[in-house]
Amino acid sequence: MENQPPPFFRTGPTPLVRLLLFATISLALLVLDARLKYLDTLRQAASVVVYPIQRIAGAPASIFQRASEFFVTNSSLRSENTRLEQENLSQSALLQQLGLLQTENDHLRKLLGTRERLKARTSLAEILYAARDPFSRKLVIDQGSFNDVQAGEPVIDGVGVIGQVTRVYPWQAEVTLITDKGHLVPVLNTRNGIRAVLAGTGNDGALELRFVPLNADFENGDQLVTSGIDGVYPPGLPVAQVVNVERNAAFLFARITCKPLAGVNSHRQVLVVHAQQAAAERPPEPEPPPPQRSTKKGRRKS
Amino acid sequence: MASISHQEILLPVKPGFIVFTLVAAAMLNMLPWTGWALWLRPDFVALVVLYWVIEQPHRLGFTAAFLLGLLMDVAEGALLGQHALAYSILVYGGILFHRRVRLFTPTPQIVHVIPLLLVNDVIVLGIRLMAGADFPGYRYFFGSFVGGALWPFLSMLLKLPQRPKPDSDHG
Repeated sequence: MENQPPPFFRTGPTPLVRLLLFATISLALLVLDARLKYLDTLRQAASVVVYPIQRIAGAPASIFQRASEFFVTNSSLRSENTRLEQENLSQSALLQQLGLLQTENDHLRKLLGTRERLKARTSLAEILYAARDPFSRKLVIDQGSFNDVQAGEPVIDGVGVIGQVTRVYPWQAEVTLITDKGHLVPVLNTRNGIRAVLAGTGNDGALELRFVPLNADFENGDQLVTSGIDGVYPPGLPVAQVVNVERNAAFLFARITCKPLAGVNSHRQVLVVHAQQAAAERPPEPEPPPPQRSTKKGRRKS
Repeated sequence: MASISHQEILLPVKPGFIVFTLVAAAMLNMLPWTGWALWLRPDFVALVVLYWVIEQPHRLGFTAAFLLGLLMDVAEGALLGQHALAYSILVYGGILFHRRVRLFTPTPQIVHVIPLLLVNDVIVLGIRLMAGADFPGYRYFFGSFVGGALWPFLSMLLKLPQRPKPDSDHG
């Protein structure tokens, strides 16, 4: 290379050789991480280095937020108070009904002899930062493996499902939002009980129902709640609302667009639901047809 | 050619200052950017790495850039190695062109810096697309142009500690 120093000054391999070396290492890491998931320990170690930098970087914003929370005006506090009182009143009426329904439900369940559902244990977590990466919809919360957070646990706010814990570090955890591309939530239409799979699209505020037949009964304004058949999300949590149904006979499935109910991008505190539901037992594997088996055995013996 | 500014004699860089600027750049990347600011945000780490590679190619090399890339991958929760690969290629580009780029004053240097930053973006984008993400639109590349626009200021700022103190001339 022309602009390299003459050989007697050279101190090591040329830049091209170094580039190839580091590019090979990076590609190897990419493949290991994407295909084999072997690098969790490396990631955990690096997160310990990154954590203080992240906390310091997030400090000005959180200090500003706390300061602005401190200097709220009397009138805004008062209006919030009246709003909360009204909400409380309307909710307490619902709560009374809920108590009644719960006892009735417990009774019926015992009668049916079904397993009682696990009571969900939740813990409050604060969002450290959100959506810094234009490609994926993720949050980082300030609870990690030291706070008993485990990968796979659902994360909710006061209104509904926000997402799911996908990676756990010692002091923080990464939450993939339901709007992330390819994130799936099994849901149930509350109006008629039709089950479907809700998928994120990668855009904020847009979800779509996948593989719904053209003639399925979905209408604008339908509420979707988790169905709980996946064993990850507890059943009955509100997830989304149908905003647009497009039926085009040219396609196999209806295009149903939904809007998440929870403030996927607008909260500071969220709840991590710890109770992992025991998944339903797998149905027994169907027996393979007997004639094939006998021929296999015969072959092995011979 | 207006290359006078590069003829001035600068004090040697302290390694601690390089480390400090890199950590500060990583911190700028990790600020809670949202909305449009996120699209306009340049990759500060790439900018600062490029600056040091061009100005001090013997102080900052592939190893540092690679490790910084890994840190950024962990911070973004992305696949490990994509920023590491992008920064390694960026360092190579910087080493390849550093003699040429240093002939110019900071403002014309922008013309060299923007393509290098764009290559950095294209590598990260390519890996993302291969991993199954959607193309986020051309606004994804805005950050590199903003980075180019920031280059003269960055170059002025990072050169400040190297300027000899005016008192020393007069006694």
